[in-house]
Amino acid sequence: MAQVTLRKVVKNYDETPAVRGIDLEIADKEFIVLVGPSGCGKSTTLRMIAGLEEISDGEIAIGGDVVNDVPPKDRDIAMVFQNYALYPHMSVFENMSFGLRLKRVAKDEIRRRVDDAARILDITELLDRKPKQLSGGQRQRVAMGRAIVRDPKVFLFDEPLSNLDAKLRVQMRTEIKKVHQKVRTTTVYVTHDQVEAMTLADRVVVMNGGIIEQVGAPNDLYHTPNTKFVAGFIGSPAMNFIPCKLEEAAGALRARVSDTISFPVPASRTARYRPHAGKSSLLVGLRPEHIREEPRHLEPDQHVFEVGLEVTEPMGMETLVYFMIDGTEICGRVNPNAGAVDGGKMKLMADLANLHLIDDSTGKVL
Amino acid sequence: MTVMTADGAPAARRPQYGSMSKSRRWALRWSYFFLVLFAIFFLTPPVYMFITSLKTSAEISAATNPWWVFNPTLSNYIELLTQNQYLVFFRNSAIVSVFVVAITMVISVLAAFSLARMKFWGSATLATGVFLTYLIPDTLLFIPLFKTFAFIRDTLDIELMNHWWTLIILYPTLTVPFCTWIMIGYFASIPKELDEAALIDGATWMQTLTKIFIPVALPGIIAATIFAFTVSWAQFLYPLAFTTSTDQLVLPVGIVTTLIKGDVFNWGQIMTGALLGAAPPLIIYAFLMDYYIAGLTAGATKG
Amino acid sequence: MADIAASRAGAMNGAAGRSSLHRLMQRKSTIAFLMALPLILVIGLLVAYPAVYSMYLATLNKSMERFVGFGNFTFLFGRETFWLVVKQSCIFAITAVIFKALIGFVVAHFVHNIPTRGQRKWRGMLLVPWVIPPAMSTLAWLWLFDPSYSAFNWILALFGMDPIPWTGNGNWARFSVILVNIWIGAPFFMIMYLAALKSVPEQLYEAAAIDGATWWQRIWYVTLPMMRNIIAITALFSLIVTFANFDIVRILTAGGPIDYTHIFATWAFRVGIESGDIPLGAAVSLFMVPILAVAAWFILRDINKRGNEA
Repeated sequence: MAQVTLRKVVKNYDETPAVRGIDLEIADKEFIVLVGPSGCGKSTTLRMIAGLEEISDGEIAIGGDVVNDVPPKDRDIAMVFQNYALYPHMSVFENMSFGLRLKRVAKDEIRRRVDDAARILDITELLDRKPKQLSGGQRQRVAMGRAIVRDPKVFLFDEPLSNLDAKLRVQMRTEIKKVHQKVRTTTVYVTHDQVEAMTLADRVVVMNGGIIEQVGAPNDLYHTPNTKFVAGFIGSPAMNFIPCKLEEAAGALRARVSDTISFPVPASRTARYRPHAGKSSLLVGLRPEHIREEPRHLEPDQHVFEVGLEVTEPMGMETLVYFMIDGTEICGRVNPNAGAVDGGKMKLMADLANLHLIDDSTGKVL
Repeated sequence: MTVMTADGAPAARRPQYGSMSKSRRWALRWSYFFLVLFAIFFLTPPVYMFITSLKTSAEISAATNPWWVFNPTLSNYIELLTQNQYLVFFRNSAIVSVFVVAITMVISVLAAFSLARMKFWGSATLATGVFLTYLIPDTLLFIPLFKTFAFIRDTLDIELMNHWWTLIILYPTLTVPFCTWIMIGYFASIPKELDEAALIDGATWMQTLTKIFIPVALPGIIAATIFAFTVSWAQFLYPLAFTTSTDQLVLPVGIVTTLIKGDVFNWGQIMTGALLGAAPPLIIYAFLMDYYIAGLTAGATKG
Repeated sequence: MADIAASRAGAMNGAAGRSSLHRLMQRKSTIAFLMALPLILVIGLLVAYPAVYSMYLATLNKSMERFVGFGNFTFLFGRETFWLVVKQSCIFAITAVIFKALIGFVVAHFVHNIPTRGQRKWRGMLLVPWVIPPAMSTLAWLWLFDPSYSAFNWILALFGMDPIPWTGNGNWARFSVILVNIWIGAPFFMIMYLAALKSVPEQLYEAAAIDGATWWQRIWYVTLPMMRNIIAITALFSLIVTFANFDIVRILTAGGPIDYTHIFATWAFRVGIESGDIPLGAAVSLFMVPILAVAAWFILRDINKRGNEA
């Protein structure tokens, strides 16, 4: 069983805390992604799991055994680095078999394991080449092959796709997912790219400033973020945050965002939101994909409003529209044929079933 | 003067590539001219050594054209190479140099790895100290060392003077600082992730050093080795101060002190001896020139 | 239940873990220290100790029985030869370094100008003086300067000129020593400057050419500023090495004629080892220290600057 448990793990560099106490339970064979902005502590956490950083406080357990003092080579882990970290003077085969050779594993056993891994990653023809003869994508595959050969309890990925160009990144993302399906091993994957997180993870861990903001399945984080940070981090283009005032009129709540525009709060949430009416730090959170062109038939909880567009960005399959509401720039996604033009007026529909109300003073989603 | 094209509009003035390439050609000619002059300046002494080495004493004292050999002979070479004394010098130099190179490389590589990769208390000061040591010349140290050896002889009854193997103890002071400096530069340029990958693969520190760092930094090791050898081979002051009997001398001192017997300078043999003495570094240089130069520039550019 | 047991074991491991953590940390730094130990020993025993010891030695009397404080130094200050040595060491070092730098710079430029394919060949030929052990090449120069058989004088005779007493006349001897010094050292400068020249981006020159700069202005405004660091570091290195030089003077002139070419190292050897007055010799050598220290300080400062630039 290769579950990974982090209990109150803290990391301090001299006086600066990098990780402020995180608790996490990773199930066996789960693909978990640590995501967050630079400096949030995700790489540090990964390196503590690997044993490359010492743990200031708390404990980490792999497969049930506490590994705080266990050196990396005895933790039964394998790591794929951002810069591949391939040994430049060794061939691909030697790179992949280095760890086994140090353990003095039998030659034919080494051969078998390397060949198996090479087949999974489709790099069998590259076994005799040196790293400098390989492309970026090939090197990354060799790095993964090196990890697979170790047959570890846990795979650790440290931003492996950051050094690849955009197209290659998309390709390799799919490769990684396929490999995980073939080699079902617990995986901890660190990235700053939320698209990678959403597409690869069984569960996503959003980190910020050394703490975990939220843990959940990608869809859960998308639909029910707990904090403003998570709400704004997941999803691209990012969620719109519009300052608003909560008004009560005839038993129904409305979120007023400007003199001319106010959104009716769905009835199901009236009771939940009412206690917060009158607060001055409220924000309406609405994703761009929930601000669309005026539809032919209006569904319940959909509200139409008119604005003057500033900029439009035709993306082919949709057009992004940018407009201002009382000094806040808002982004919406409309049908490319909906007639959006720079500087023109447009009627837009807000899908308020997906409305979030956020208290900016606490950062919590209400 | 403008040229009219078919449709009547004046064509643009033709760009003056001609004059640029002409000045470029002249620059090239002048460059070669001066290079030849400097080459003559730099290569005259060795060439003259060679010319003289082919002359008999008779021809030399006849004071004919010194720049030409009229009766070339290999007798100087034969005499030196069959005569015991010169070969002893050569042997001493060779043994000393080889041992010093080995000792130097072991000390330098270990220390450089430790300083470049494993931080410990005082490692930064030590690194600067290493560099400072290189700036302390042998001419400052030879007198106190002389006295120290005399002292050891008097109190511990260990004779360190006048043995060529004493040099093996002394030379590393000249070679180790710079070689360590070179190796630190090369080791520091190896990405840290390589160590971590090795750590995860299960390598101990020594295994990381021997199986990863040394192979990857091989050019640096070769450059440092060449440097250590060249310095050892060319050393003059320490052997002059510390070895006196003929059979203990190394090459540079041997040639200077023994081939000059009193007032009679057998220049033919001296030049032959000097040329043969300069041969090993020159040969290494000829084959490994790029590593040689890398070693030189490593000191200053790798900071 | 299993959870609690595991967490309790974990907590215990945590407490004991911290002390074995210490052991782990110690292990790495002890290994590191052990690896650096030979280096520390070499520097400590064979460099630092003698350096300090020489300071102590300089304060003893000739038979090394009495402590005479600054006696040796005041004695030296009174000797005319000493001041000659100081003057000559400084003049040799500064003159030699200036010319080495100039020649090195000029030759580097020429090598840089010719097509890359040929550069390696020329570079190889021009570095030869540096590769030959100085003792050997100085012998060659000694022979070239020989009072009776000088090959140079033979050429001068062809033009009807008088022979020059290269090593016989005081001032000519000084010239000869400096010349040999330059001959041996200029290639080093050439190599360093060549490497630095190659690192100046070609585009800067192109921009300057478009701005209408002549070749001299290009050198002054583009090349030299970009190479400033390397020029400084190389010059300082060479200053130290030239200042402390022994081989050339010893073989070429042995300090003569009439002490006109003695420098610190050769005079210290003469006084300390040949005449047997070790403390005096140590005192002489020590005079090199202030100048070396100043040069070293400048070098360190410059190298750190370079490190920060990079």
